[in-house]
Amino acid sequence: MISQLSWKVGGQQGEGIESTGEIFSIALNRLGYYLYGYRHFSSRIKGGHTNNKIRVSTTQVRSIADDLDILVAFDQETIDFNFHELRQGGIVIADAKFNPTIPDESRATLYAVPFTDIATELGTALMKNMVAVGASSAVLGLDISVYEGVVQEIFGRKGEQVVAKNMEAIRAGAQFMREQLGDNIQLMQLDKADGKKRMFMIGNDAIALGALAGGARFMAAYPITPASEIMEYLIKKLPQFGGTVIQTEDEIAACTMAIGANYAGVRTLTASAGPGLSLMMEAIGLAGITETPIVIVDTQRGGPSTGLPTKQEQSDLMAMIYGTHGEIPKVVMAPSTVQEAFYDMVEAFNIAEEYQCPVIVLTDLQLSLGKQTVEPLEYDKIEIRRGKLVTGELPEIPDKGCFKRYEVTEDGVSPRVLPGMKNGIHHVTGVEHDETGRPSEVAANRIAQMDKRLRKLKHIQFPTPVHKHVKHEEADLLIVGFNSTRGAIEEAMERLERDGIKVNHAHVRLIHPFPTEEMLPLVQSAKKVVVVENNATGQLANILKMNVGHAEKVFNVLKYDGNPFLPHEVYTKCKELF
Amino acid sequence: MATFKDFRNNIKPNWCPGCGDFSVQAAIQRAAANVGLEPHELVVVSGIGCSGRISGYINSYGFHGVHGRALPIAQGVKMANRDLTVIAAGGDGDGFAIGMGHTIHAIRRNIDITYIVMDNQIYGLTKGQTSPRSEVGFKTKSTPQGSVEPALSIMEMALTAGATFVAQSFSSDLKELTQLIEEGMKHKGFSLINVFSPCVTYNKVNTYDWFKDNLTSLSSIEGYDPSNREMAMQTLMKHKGLVTGLIYQNKERKSYQDLVPGYSEKPLTEADLTISKEKFEQLVAEFM
Repeated sequence: MISQLSWKVGGQQGEGIESTGEIFSIALNRLGYYLYGYRHFSSRIKGGHTNNKIRVSTTQVRSIADDLDILVAFDQETIDFNFHELRQGGIVIADAKFNPTIPDESRATLYAVPFTDIATELGTALMKNMVAVGASSAVLGLDISVYEGVVQEIFGRKGEQVVAKNMEAIRAGAQFMREQLGDNIQLMQLDKADGKKRMFMIGNDAIALGALAGGARFMAAYPITPASEIMEYLIKKLPQFGGTVIQTEDEIAACTMAIGANYAGVRTLTASAGPGLSLMMEAIGLAGITETPIVIVDTQRGGPSTGLPTKQEQSDLMAMIYGTHGEIPKVVMAPSTVQEAFYDMVEAFNIAEEYQCPVIVLTDLQLSLGKQTVEPLEYDKIEIRRGKLVTGELPEIPDKGCFKRYEVTEDGVSPRVLPGMKNGIHHVTGVEHDETGRPSEVAANRIAQMDKRLRKLKHIQFPTPVHKHVKHEEADLLIVGFNSTRGAIEEAMERLERDGIKVNHAHVRLIHPFPTEEMLPLVQSAKKVVVVENNATGQLANILKMNVGHAEKVFNVLKYDGNPFLPHEVYTKCKELF
Repeated sequence: MATFKDFRNNIKPNWCPGCGDFSVQAAIQRAAANVGLEPHELVVVSGIGCSGRISGYINSYGFHGVHGRALPIAQGVKMANRDLTVIAAGGDGDGFAIGMGHTIHAIRRNIDITYIVMDNQIYGLTKGQTSPRSEVGFKTKSTPQGSVEPALSIMEMALTAGATFVAQSFSSDLKELTQLIEEGMKHKGFSLINVFSPCVTYNKVNTYDWFKDNLTSLSSIEGYDPSNREMAMQTLMKHKGLVTGLIYQNKERKSYQDLVPGYSEKPLTEADLTISKEKFEQLVAEFM
């Protein structure tokens, strides 16, 4: 019996590879296993190799695995492309139809299973993925009856016969595989899981749910990979709360429409990836100078330009911190798990309203699209705070004077009224302005307003600016990362500790304003600092050096080939330093 | 009840003496009073350029945004609070060059706002460059040999984009302009009002006199029917777009807000920001 394994299904895009992984993982989730999935796909709809790699464990996992135990192949290309990942003793389950072969330097065993033929015999070749699901389940020793509920949910509306046929296909696949395995059936039987119900979702689901729970009632967005799931979830759910999503003509419209709606008082978000964020930059500056709250999600993918649109990268960091001309107060948050993505979205709307500024929630493709098991989200942790939003009646202002929407205050935050309120009339403009919003080029006013705006974030309250995993007062190594690299770093850390290296881990969750006070002692107490990031220039490392110093002991571990870090890569690179 | 004077504030516009935009400002103030609005019930969203300053010269809520983006901001305001009356305003460069993508899509989306373009066929604030409304041969600082690009036929474009309210006016005709803005504000959907608003400083061709000589009032055309889209198109083509009055109105088509499923009849600003525990647990269960 084993406590975890790694499974991958591959084939041509558009051939049901996605649904094979989906059905298999839903069943595993129902049984109480922890899962972590990552999809390899291309920017096309039909054709081209695609695969879905899923790690199954009886305990929480936050990274894809270094190697592979089971490869399910619908074509030879899948074997050729992924074979190198298989561990010694791994197995390939391939459709017998294409006469699969495995390379001579074989470390794995091939099982040819007639996916297509069994499915065809039962009614339609379309069910070949169900045969594969059944075969996989037999290897893991799963109770096939778990699929009854899953298949009913997916195919129920197509009628009882379709449900029955699909169940038959799963059972037939399992039966065939059991016969093939013979005595080897014990090799990859999984420990029983705890059977607890847990959420199984992608980061984008959590972001959208977090927005909903955080009071967002409107969204303006333009489709883009890997952000579109956020708008697709919200257009299904927002109408239940009176709200809606508008798919705009471009990202400039998305951002400015969201600014208009936030100005009018509705919590509104937009979400995009690098190319969209580049287009939004001028509008982000408008939100900054007009002190309009707005939440913008940036799901990072490979850049620059169209770059690697379906691949993992973390290279928008500098652009998100410094992007837009001029200087504005801005918050950049970076959740590292799906749970954090949910809570951070709620907090993003609170911070946006409390500090009246743009808040960028930064994720990356691996976090946004990787499907993983999520511990229960707590309703009682959801809190709505609206800062200095003025409610109730306002006193009349004589002589058609204006409300001081940009009043210079000690904390820099001014009272905020919404259009429609009597006696609240004021002007809003992207031109430098005075306390009532009237354009002003007076030097003293410019300084007063600029200082006021920038003062707002001096004392920002953020729940957990750095996720710290600190075991040592004095460490040989501090590993720093952000977003989805957390799992790979945690596993590398365990291995380094086993080698006798004292390791601390800091995952930065508030990227800007940078949590210098939190990070400085960690850097000071480490002999070496390694910053792990999916980009080519070491952006987080540079930000760390700029804010914390100690450049002489900060080292880069970089990966920018479009793929997420594997634990052993982080381990090996860190190990090389000693 | 508010009068047009209540929509005046004490800011002195920085427009050149004789600029057509003064009349547009006055017409908006009169129309707002005539339809029974109070100043705090009106939001004027404007773009960048000389005309973009208009949102600061009206005693109402005003939002002066970024160049070319008055329309998406205005649509966002209206989506957030459908009880507000929202006017977007800007120049021909703002709406038909940098913001053209938004103009077309705001027209077809048909959210209930009124868009007033102060069309002077030139870039004024940047001191005299060609605009998408400048005629072929028009000499400016950026087209010293004369523009070789034809002017956009904006009113025809609006009709093909599915506009439900298209009107055109001349800033000298305060009475007609006020009335068209009133009708636009009352129209249930997106209303586009293009106003010839001469630039007395940089445009020496399309002057007040030039417009007086070249414009045809639709009221002078016998049997003109603004509900007839085909007639509207033919009339515009015949007069090279130089007509004034209500060109086209479709009273049948509902506005975006009335068509989109589930969208609240109450302003979204009044929506409850919290969701019930029961509802939350339902949403969570969908991922189990």
